[in-house]
Amino acid sequence: MGVLSSSVSITQYRVEGEMDSGFMETVAAALNANAIREIDNEPEEKSAGWTSFESPFKPDFTGSSFMFGTHLVFSLRIDKKKIPSKVVAKQLNMAVAKRLADSERETLHRNEKTEIKDEVIRRLLLKIPATPNMYDLIWNYEAKMLWFFTGLKAANEELETLFNKTFKLSLIRMFPYTGALLACDLTDIEKDRLEKLSPTMFFRGAA
Amino acid sequence: MIDVSVAYNRYKFLGHEFLTWLWHMIETDKDALLAPALGMDDIYIGNRVVLENSSHNRDEVISIKGDGAGLEEGLLALQKGAKVTEINLVAKAGENEWRFSVKGESLNLSSLKPPETGNVEGVEDVEGAVLEKISLYEKAVNLTDHLYRQFVKRRLSPEWETQTVRQMTVWIGRAAER
Repeated sequence: MGVLSSSVSITQYRVEGEMDSGFMETVAAALNANAIREIDNEPEEKSAGWTSFESPFKPDFTGSSFMFGTHLVFSLRIDKKKIPSKVVAKQLNMAVAKRLADSERETLHRNEKTEIKDEVIRRLLLKIPATPNMYDLIWNYEAKMLWFFTGLKAANEELETLFNKTFKLSLIRMFPYTGALLACDLTDIEKDRLEKLSPTMFFRGAA
Repeated sequence: MIDVSVAYNRYKFLGHEFLTWLWHMIETDKDALLAPALGMDDIYIGNRVVLENSSHNRDEVISIKGDGAGLEEGLLALQKGAKVTEINLVAKAGENEWRFSVKGESLNLSSLKPPETGNVEGVEDVEGAVLEKISLYEKAVNLTDHLYRQFVKRRLSPEWETQTVRQMTVWIGRAAER
């Protein structure tokens, strides 16, 4: 689901920290340095990186292409290859049979089997194209707020790690505790009460 | 500040209490919810309410779905000690309508449908369309933030126990008698 979809999911983050001067240049360079790396024809299972909102299959962060008004808009792209376990089993079986025939043996050592399996997976990864998934984000730099357009746990975890690595800024997910502590202008007394809070029972006659 | 991953689980109940309180407020004192600055003139429960009862070592989930579905089952669940874990809301500003769900444990907005916007015909339309969407999403996000702030201030005040919980207990009791 992306920014322009008819229905979206939004996870809110607060961005902690400041960037050095030359904001636009710093962001563009950081995005380029951590742009999605293609893994088709590579023996890799997964790749995650930034891509352009408007051209997700051809990342381009030149100029101010990621600025929309006062917001930064770009996407996290996660490419994954999934090899069906039955395909691995079949290829492994064939490779083991060939090794046994070539070496005129009846059994293989456990380590040898592991090596063959790794090689089978490596060969299959080279053949299988990665499936790309794009998750848009909108970063309001002045308000230090970021919206990530998915609620998927794995994608949110990937975002938090990559954002920190790319911009040296921390993302704090806004959920009940952080939302109360950081966005409700609490007094010290209220903060103290929040730390000691325990659940309420609304209906005393609850069975 | 407590470690974020610890706080997420420890304070899930706060999100569930927020949604339960929100349902109560929508039914009993809707006008107090909407600040004029938000630009919204109505809010009501949409087509989905999910409740969970984790008391007495049981994990009971009650889902009420469908437009115009009766919420009596949900009220009965509240009487048994359940709390709202997810709620679908409809907010209106004149003819414009926002539909979205809020999940208590994360405060994530999902299935957010803002008022319809024009089609994007070409590349030159993209920036305008994105900015229009941002301003529409902002309305729903700001509304949710405002409602949560209102709840938190009330929840951390001495009036929570002396007034709000009492009012909610009466509401749940009366509602279940309907």
